[in-house]
Amino acid sequence: MSANTFEAPLVADLSSPAPDAALKDVRVGIVTFPGTLDDRDAARAVDIAGGTSVPLWHADADLQGVDAVILPGGFSYGDYLRAGAISRFAPLMSRIIDAANSDDALPVLGICNGFQILTESHLLPGSMIRNNHLKFICRDQRLRVENAGTTWTADFTSGQEIVVPLKNNDGQYVCDQTTLDMLEFEGRVAFRYVGHNPNGSLNDIAGVTNARGNVVGLMPHPEHAVEAGFGPDSTAQGQVAMGEGTDGLGLFTSVLNTLINGGSRA
Amino acid sequence: MIEQHESQQTDSPQQSGSATQEAQGEQQFHLDTVEHAAQTPDTELPWAELGLKEDEYQKVVEILGRRPTAAELAMYSVMWSEHCSYKSSKVHLRQFGEKVSDEMKKDLMVGMGENAGVTDIGDGWAVTFKIESHNHPSYVEPYQGAATGVGGIVRDIISMGARPVAVMDPLRFGAIDHPDTQRVVHGIVAGVGGYGNCLGLPNIGGEVEFDPCYQANPLVNALAVGVLRHEDLRLANASGTGNKVVLFGARTGGDGIGGASVLASESFDDSKPSKRPAVQVGDPFAEKVLIECCLELFQAGLVEGIQDLGAAGISCATSELASNGDGGMHVDLSSVLLRDPSLTPGEILMSESQERMMAVVTPEKVQDFEAVLDKWEVEYSWIGEVTDTGRLIIDWQGEVIVDVDPRTVAHDGPVYERPYHRPERQDAIQADHFTGSAADADRPSGAAVKDAVLELMASPNLCSKDWVTNQYDCYVQGNTAMAMPDDAGVIRVDERTGLGVALSTDCNGRYAYLDPYNGAKLALAEAYRNVATAGARPAAVSDCLNFGSPEDPEVMWQFAEAVRGLADGCLEIGVPVTGGNVSLYNQTGTEAIHPTPVVALMGVLDDVRRRTPSGWDATADGQAVYLLGTTADELDGSEWARLRGHLGGLPPQVDLTQEKLLGELLINMSRDGMIDAAHDVSEGGLAATLAEMCLRFGTGARIGLGEVAERDGVDEFTMLFSESQGRAVVSVPRSEEVRFKDMCTMRNYPFARIGVVDAVNDALDLMGTASIPLPELKQAHESTLPQYFG
Repeated sequence: MSANTFEAPLVADLSSPAPDAALKDVRVGIVTFPGTLDDRDAARAVDIAGGTSVPLWHADADLQGVDAVILPGGFSYGDYLRAGAISRFAPLMSRIIDAANSDDALPVLGICNGFQILTESHLLPGSMIRNNHLKFICRDQRLRVENAGTTWTADFTSGQEIVVPLKNNDGQYVCDQTTLDMLEFEGRVAFRYVGHNPNGSLNDIAGVTNARGNVVGLMPHPEHAVEAGFGPDSTAQGQVAMGEGTDGLGLFTSVLNTLINGGSRA
Repeated sequence: MIEQHESQQTDSPQQSGSATQEAQGEQQFHLDTVEHAAQTPDTELPWAELGLKEDEYQKVVEILGRRPTAAELAMYSVMWSEHCSYKSSKVHLRQFGEKVSDEMKKDLMVGMGENAGVTDIGDGWAVTFKIESHNHPSYVEPYQGAATGVGGIVRDIISMGARPVAVMDPLRFGAIDHPDTQRVVHGIVAGVGGYGNCLGLPNIGGEVEFDPCYQANPLVNALAVGVLRHEDLRLANASGTGNKVVLFGARTGGDGIGGASVLASESFDDSKPSKRPAVQVGDPFAEKVLIECCLELFQAGLVEGIQDLGAAGISCATSELASNGDGGMHVDLSSVLLRDPSLTPGEILMSESQERMMAVVTPEKVQDFEAVLDKWEVEYSWIGEVTDTGRLIIDWQGEVIVDVDPRTVAHDGPVYERPYHRPERQDAIQADHFTGSAADADRPSGAAVKDAVLELMASPNLCSKDWVTNQYDCYVQGNTAMAMPDDAGVIRVDERTGLGVALSTDCNGRYAYLDPYNGAKLALAEAYRNVATAGARPAAVSDCLNFGSPEDPEVMWQFAEAVRGLADGCLEIGVPVTGGNVSLYNQTGTEAIHPTPVVALMGVLDDVRRRTPSGWDATADGQAVYLLGTTADELDGSEWARLRGHLGGLPPQVDLTQEKLLGELLINMSRDGMIDAAHDVSEGGLAATLAEMCLRFGTGARIGLGEVAERDGVDEFTMLFSESQGRAVVSVPRSEEVRFKDMCTMRNYPFARIGVVDAVNDALDLMGTASIPLPELKQAHESTLPQYFG
């Protein structure tokens, strides 16, 4: 290689600003089910945000003392029967459900298939059905953070917009009218699609939170917008150089900072 | 009950499931043992129905010294099929191994003949990639055909010990407005996406073409690429007497029986019955689990040899593993786990059920092996062991039903020197040039160029393919540095250093129709240019050769010429062919498809973050736009000629020395930061290149072509629409212009400044001719596929 080549740091730009060294102590478990696809991506996102990712296996009954859990995207059990319907019964899910509902309020983020598992587990209300246009869709999606009061959105401001990839087959969020009114009334719509509703979700809902704000599910994929060079071509501010969009990083820094600051945990 | 079945009937697939057998209880067929075969030499076997020719059947009898058993016949018939044995193509394909320099072999770790070639890319990393066809199944049953095409090629990659990291899919359909194209497009795109998305493999590129020649023969080619550490390389061989043979993954069912022999090795014809049962059915979830399970097995060093089950199923896996090893193999077919217990031994041997693998494991590792499979809940059965007999022996419920030398099944199939000759009409085709033809009557000029560019960019072959690619996940795994619509897909291999690979697949069947020899070279040139344009150093080729019937001497001539062209081309440009696939009989009735030798080329990038995008963005405002290369009147076979319904003349001249030089320039300029965007000039000519560069990030340009047209001695129309090779357009930051020009001058490569990037006026402004507002261009470009397919 010639001497005058530019040596870019490969795993994001960790130099500025340097993440708080204390974040490293926050251990975030990434659960792998058979058919999970984005587990390594979610782990990378946690590490880039400054935390420590811990792989968890669905069949284990031990949470290994992690401080937070991410249920990543994919097609667990092939989405056969119904997306998330089988994974919900994994031994580890019982631990996660208990811990999320306990006084400790374990922070749990479900992305895409993870969101579907969370609704199947009744940690979050509603359900996802087939996209209204009946096709798989992969696109860079603009979202609005509607609730910056959750463990996973604390580093955003309410009303802030972000651009992250979306990719799903069964992404149409549905629920009954009472639930919908409750979600809107209590401010539990965490993320909403902006500009284009890609799957026919009710009220443009892209993500919801539980009442305590420790459990969040969203359909698009923030873990695919955390590393410059490998993300979308745009951010909420507009176009950036190819793949430089890192708007998704905020979800991962949110949980780390919240846990470090002893903030909204419980 | 019909008694006469007893003596003559064998377990051929034709009779399974007949009402009489169901009534017979457990023994639904008369078991045709080796012993029985020896005693009944006169039994008629259905060799013709299984696709064997009479002389081929006689050769089997000669090899065995007796008639084959029904099970042996099943094995020979599939393994000697065109699809598995390459019997018509073998004599030509040898050139890929012969026309090779030492330099080309330098980085080649595994060459042709294995499941996929393996190339050393440095730092202890290796890359394996391969492209294969799944054309016939995808016409019969588009969704499953395309899905299992992806599944099959991915298993080839796993068999090498690699983690699959991306897929690509060159697709060719009939006329866009033909009713059957609707059926085929929706099914195939959903099948490629449904399977690939569910496997968690980013789809990073491919091709989509519409041409009436593919009307009843759509081409579904699928490429997979995988990465591995050098020490993880695995090969398909069964060595070590006493080692155990295990079949794992999905259970064996009745799907895909005769897929290779009947479906892939014959032409379609309305008079024959539906071939739907010969198409396999895929389960991507099972394959995803199988991938992770295999990778864990490799990591723990638990397998000695491994082979995926694809075409010809267990027949292929057992005979190939055994013949590539150092001994024989003894298999108990009764231990195979079945989805359908009524399958006969012959059907079990031929079944192409998906998501299955066969491995060889030493006895002391059996327990650890089982633990990994149990963890992933993958079913398995131990079906035999490696022996030192040199024979492949297969038992069924204690009786020997196969006793063969595995080499005779896997490697000693028939080899044909098919007759071929140049079609008589070829001279007339080549004499029918576009320029000056009736189709060339309304050559646009001045303001009319605007409509011409809009028409071109909205045409089925140059329109945006977003409707297709938006159905594929390009993000999963987090290592995609570039994907469609850029010239090449780029994947990071090493997260620490940024080392990665770029891949492109290309072919212009119209060029190959006009001149198969140069058409193949042109496919290579375009793939090479695309990879170099992305900034990667071309390293290896895999090819998927799609042609009509080899029994037609004119088609065979096209095939022979294309192979000769590709082999010569690879030697000239210095990149080896590491593997590939031949798909023949792509014709319905007497009309063959255009010869379509798809070239997949893999290149290496030291740091994927330096890849060059195929267009400029607003931050490039004011950058100079340069055209590299020269333009001649080469409109024959062009997209413009296609729009005017013309196909004749000679394809563009191809000079691979120049292509290599252009490639080196693009790679060096990218590495040294002299160019911010680069896009090759190919289908649609300079007009398409400039339009695509503007549309890539929605940033316009002001372009003046008068001077360069004068330099090259062509008119502006030719400048815009000719498809002369060896060209690329780049954008150069002002600060780099001097270095850029010096480098071109030093390498003696023609270059011309043709304009500037213009982020202010939202247009592709062909100064003095026509200005095309980008919103209008975008609208034209993006509306076509949604208009046809919803």
